[in-house]
Amino acid sequence: MKSKKLLVIFSVVVLLLGVLSGCGSKKTTGDGSKVIKIATQTPLSGGSATLGEAIKLGAQMALEERKDEFSKLGYSLKLVPYDDQGDPKKGVSNANALCADKDVYAVVGHFNSGVAIPSSVVYEKNNVPMVSPSNTALEVTDRGLKTVNRICARDDLQAPSGAKFALDKLDAKTVFIIQDKTAYGSGLAEEFKKAFEKGGGKTVGYEGITVGEKDFNGVLNLVADKKPDLLYFAGTYPEGGLVIKQAREKGIKCPVLGADGLDSSTLVEIAGSSVKDVYLTSVAGDATKTETGKKFVENYSSKFNKQPESYSVYGYDCMQVILNALSKSIKDNGDKLPSKEKIRDAVRATKDFTGAMTTVTFDSKGDNENAKVYIYNFEEEKYPPTMVDEISK
Amino acid sequence: MLENILRTLPQVLFDGITLGTVYAVIALGYTMVYGILKLINFAHGEIFMTGAFIGTAILLAFSSLGWIGTLPIIILVLVAMFLTAGVTGAIGVGIERIAYRPLRKAPKLIALISAIGISFLLQDLVRFTTEFANDGNFYLIGPELFKSNINVPLSKMASFLSDASFKTSFLFVLVTAVALMIILDVFVNKTKWGMAMRAVAQDRDTAALMGVNVNKTISLTFFIGSALGGATGVLFAVQYGTIDPYIGFILGLKAFTAAVLGGIGNIRGAVLGGLIIGVVEMFAAANLSTLTNHVIGAEYKDVFAFIILILVLLFKPEGLLGKALHEKV
Repeated sequence: MKSKKLLVIFSVVVLLLGVLSGCGSKKTTGDGSKVIKIATQTPLSGGSATLGEAIKLGAQMALEERKDEFSKLGYSLKLVPYDDQGDPKKGVSNANALCADKDVYAVVGHFNSGVAIPSSVVYEKNNVPMVSPSNTALEVTDRGLKTVNRICARDDLQAPSGAKFALDKLDAKTVFIIQDKTAYGSGLAEEFKKAFEKGGGKTVGYEGITVGEKDFNGVLNLVADKKPDLLYFAGTYPEGGLVIKQAREKGIKCPVLGADGLDSSTLVEIAGSSVKDVYLTSVAGDATKTETGKKFVENYSSKFNKQPESYSVYGYDCMQVILNALSKSIKDNGDKLPSKEKIRDAVRATKDFTGAMTTVTFDSKGDNENAKVYIYNFEEEKYPPTMVDEISK
Repeated sequence: MLENILRTLPQVLFDGITLGTVYAVIALGYTMVYGILKLINFAHGEIFMTGAFIGTAILLAFSSLGWIGTLPIIILVLVAMFLTAGVTGAIGVGIERIAYRPLRKAPKLIALISAIGISFLLQDLVRFTTEFANDGNFYLIGPELFKSNINVPLSKMASFLSDASFKTSFLFVLVTAVALMIILDVFVNKTKWGMAMRAVAQDRDTAALMGVNVNKTISLTFFIGSALGGATGVLFAVQYGTIDPYIGFILGLKAFTAAVLGGIGNIRGAVLGGLIIGVVEMFAAANLSTLTNHVIGAEYKDVFAFIILILVLLFKPEGLLGKALHEKV
């Protein structure tokens, strides 16, 4: 019994010490400047860890590049990386933790829309602005939260951009649409049909398939019979790969267009040599195609000793957007740190910012008005495909 | 409208028969086990899936040994099928021994639940193994064995038809599946072991009294059914190229439907049912939207197949070829 009591007392003491040391931590660093923390919230473990880490490193690079600029103003920048594990519950608990830290002024993240949506409710309560590199779901910004911003395109831009590309560049007059009956696939197919017909094209077929099946010859017989100029596939790569393969085996030679659901190396494995002449739309651009992007890739690979992923440059630009807003609001406030509300509004007010990959102007909801959708083409049997076009709103 | 349907009909038949033969051979496994134990072996779809993975692994091994291209492909696939059939047959016997035999006297529902449990176990086991061996990816892509397509220039024979084409693997799948079914039919109807199986199916206790080893016969039934399922898995993998651990569920469900349609317990009925479901499914996928003027699309093809099942069961509850069971006294 006695030992148990001792244990309780001991743990209470330890707890108290912890709390006290927390209170006692100074708001200043060794050289006397005040700390400004910027958090990243991305999956650093689990299935999307590679991309989450890439976003974090991009953000870290931007932050370290601008450390000197802020120390002249009398502030020292600090990056606090959080791992949201791609899990909404973990995202929210991280959000609570980082909002409790008074020195955290903004968040770069999240990677997954499903995590961003619940976590941003916490940010909104605490006036901590977030800028997302990769959330495409409509609901992320459609809720009208003051703290939520994104620099990439929305889902509803993908299908219209695909339609535009098909009409202008592929010279498609007729399209056959196959969708996989999921929320993602049918939404995309519906939007594509609308945009394609509005642009003067004709839909000659609109059919659904079942996820998990392996034989799509029935639907493809219809396609072969209609001889469309383009086959649009709204779904993900396991079915997409087989549809492409079986279509080519049936002698359907027309180009195939899809969305980011097809963007996977497994697609190439499944479809094999049939993958040629397949196009897909994606919200992530190829950084090596622009001058500033190339410079970013060079710096990134020499700094971290590895090649950047598609979203690294987006992490970098997100951090730049945040730091620009911060330095501007500090200067407007007479070199003193303004309230979190002011910084939040300054982020939203970002206009004509040119980063390494993106140009950013936030609209009233936090969507980037200059966001682009990129078109990729599999020119040969290898992943990744080549970027062939970019389409803005 | 009718012109359209007629024009594409040959191609629909080719694709439908391919799918139908796969359903038919899997349906055999369901029907045999039901015939002898009155148990719906829901793990059979998973045995088929396991067979597809084992077969693909063997073919990939052949390919990495450089045998593909030097040895005749048909022999390689037959060897892979033979090996796979042996392994899945043994798995089938093991499942019967562990999961069904202890429950033979228990109510049928208990054995059914045991079967569902086994099917989850196999799914996850295969997924885990594949992810482990394949860099965390559970889609397995086999080597491409039959690259060429055969074109049937039907439009030259009759102007209202359009050309049809099929992969060479279609011929292989068809011939092998038909051969398997004929061998099975001869085995069940003409051999001593087949007679024992029929005797146990008719009346287990009396068969035992006549000197038939019931346990051995049931094990044999499971071995043959599972070996057939595994071999079909290899055929499926050869025909479609990509497999994942969840193919057994939908295919198993449809094969089971085929068995019921043909008359569960009846081997020839299972074959007939499989072919009907395969062709109806393809036909519906290709023509539903033409027939209904785009009101109902290809995605409702399965509904169409199941409506036929319901109609058949309403008017002939024992299935197309099944015999009405007389009450045992």
